[in-house]
Amino acid sequence: MSDTVRIIGVTEDSFDTKTFEFQWDERASPGQFIMVWMPGMEEIPMSLSKTDRIKSITVKNIGADTHKLHSLGIGDPIRIRGPYGKGFDIKKGARMLIVGGGVGIAAVIPVVKETGADTIIGAKTEKEIIMDDVAGKYSKNLWISTDDGSRGYMGNAVQLMREKAAEKEYDVVLACGPEVMLYHLYNACTELDIDCQFSLERHMKCGVGVCGSCMMDDVRICKDGPVLNREQISKLKDFGTSKMDECGRRVNLG
Amino acid sequence: MLVTSVGKLRLERPGMVASGIMDETGPSMMRMLRSGAGAVVTKSIGTKPNPGHPNPVFTELKAGYINAMGLPNPGIELFGEEMAAAAKAGHIIGSIYGSSPEEFSKLAGKMEEYGAAAVELNLSCPHATGYGMELGTDPAVIRSIVSAVKSSVTIPVWTKLTPNTHMIKDLAVAVREGGGDAIVAINTVKAMVISPQFGKPILSNKFGGLSGPAIRSIGVRAVFDIRTAVDIPIVGVGGISDWKDAVQYLIAGACAFQVGSAVGTKGLGVFDTINLEL
Repeated sequence: MSDTVRIIGVTEDSFDTKTFEFQWDERASPGQFIMVWMPGMEEIPMSLSKTDRIKSITVKNIGADTHKLHSLGIGDPIRIRGPYGKGFDIKKGARMLIVGGGVGIAAVIPVVKETGADTIIGAKTEKEIIMDDVAGKYSKNLWISTDDGSRGYMGNAVQLMREKAAEKEYDVVLACGPEVMLYHLYNACTELDIDCQFSLERHMKCGVGVCGSCMMDDVRICKDGPVLNREQISKLKDFGTSKMDECGRRVNLG
Repeated sequence: MLVTSVGKLRLERPGMVASGIMDETGPSMMRMLRSGAGAVVTKSIGTKPNPGHPNPVFTELKAGYINAMGLPNPGIELFGEEMAAAAKAGHIIGSIYGSSPEEFSKLAGKMEEYGAAAVELNLSCPHATGYGMELGTDPAVIRSIVSAVKSSVTIPVWTKLTPNTHMIKDLAVAVREGGGDAIVAINTVKAMVISPQFGKPILSNKFGGLSGPAIRSIGVRAVFDIRTAVDIPIVGVGGISDWKDAVQYLIAGACAFQVGSAVGTKGLGVFDTINLEL
């Protein structure tokens, strides 16, 4: 349900990304999201980057609404509703590899903490890497890739995943990041016959599975997702290819 | 299971998906048919693409939802793609909104061309300037729109009425006088929610439409009132989430019903559950 909560902590994760903590007693599981609003911005969906009693959202400053959120300080109120959707299905004993691309690491970091599984963080450059300290503390192995090689492996997260999967056996890849990364990661998982669970994103309005704005084929990302498994993703023609705009028009992904 | 019909349209299953719910794309409408809905009413479609109001457009309340989507839709031309497969899979009722009898007629003609089993005239949306209930609270306007649409299509013409009026019986009589085939009642109840912490309305449009259990008694009363005024078929909608809710509407005078908010609160299985219970 909805609540108005106050910010109790702000962390600067990088030059353009901040994490805002608040106390909220609703039970939430890793991979679930909330709708966030305050006057002066449009309400937007945000994954939870902490899912215990103290919860958080991690905001990359990419537009007017995230810019507004970046103005928040300790004690400031935000209106949130949720938690919504289906999160990651964490199976005990499964050999997991977690992949976070860019700010997408924020949606999977609760799983890293819960499981200590091997983790890959991918980013364009060194300065866009976030949460490597937390991931390093909890994960058994942490590997980092940057497109320009400014830190760690030079290349993208999918190339690094293929190398690691060749060295070590995994049952499932859990990931969040740009759709183009997830698209190639899905292809890699299919080729290597590794299961996967990805957190996906579409334009959201209601958040509760009634308005139909966030459909990928016949799947509601807000309610049936946002985390979908390999079998579910395999049926989606829209995955990696098209999305709907606010009018409900189909738009091809670049 | 209860088999019913709304005028000429026979429904193997009496529960339909209300307009605005999982009905912006072909695949979503087909999923609702597979989930047990007897028919799906489309999102209200206008002449041009419309993004609707900016977020927030929706929030949950204690006994329902409030929304001010603002009639988002891809426009009638592009909607043909969505209708193509869906209309073959089952009964699709084309909901349309316009600002004049001419616009409604043009939209209805397109819906018929796309294979709609009927059209539902949205003369009742409470959150779009110049459309919906701004037209649909005037009996003379209703009569002229219904009559224009009737003369331009051969499929049944349903009219969805607003409860935001003191004269719903007069609106119903206007539908009958215009030659309307059926009345759908009710649309959402005009409402507002204010954030006490921020001291501001939450919806970007300030006011919106209330739906869900909170409005069921208003809907049942409206259907009862309409039944005393006209004898054309009535489709009941507003706060139905189980067979007892649906039966109230049937006893009040409806011959079929639609479900909206309960798709969110009860899940997609709500149609199978209600149909089985009936």
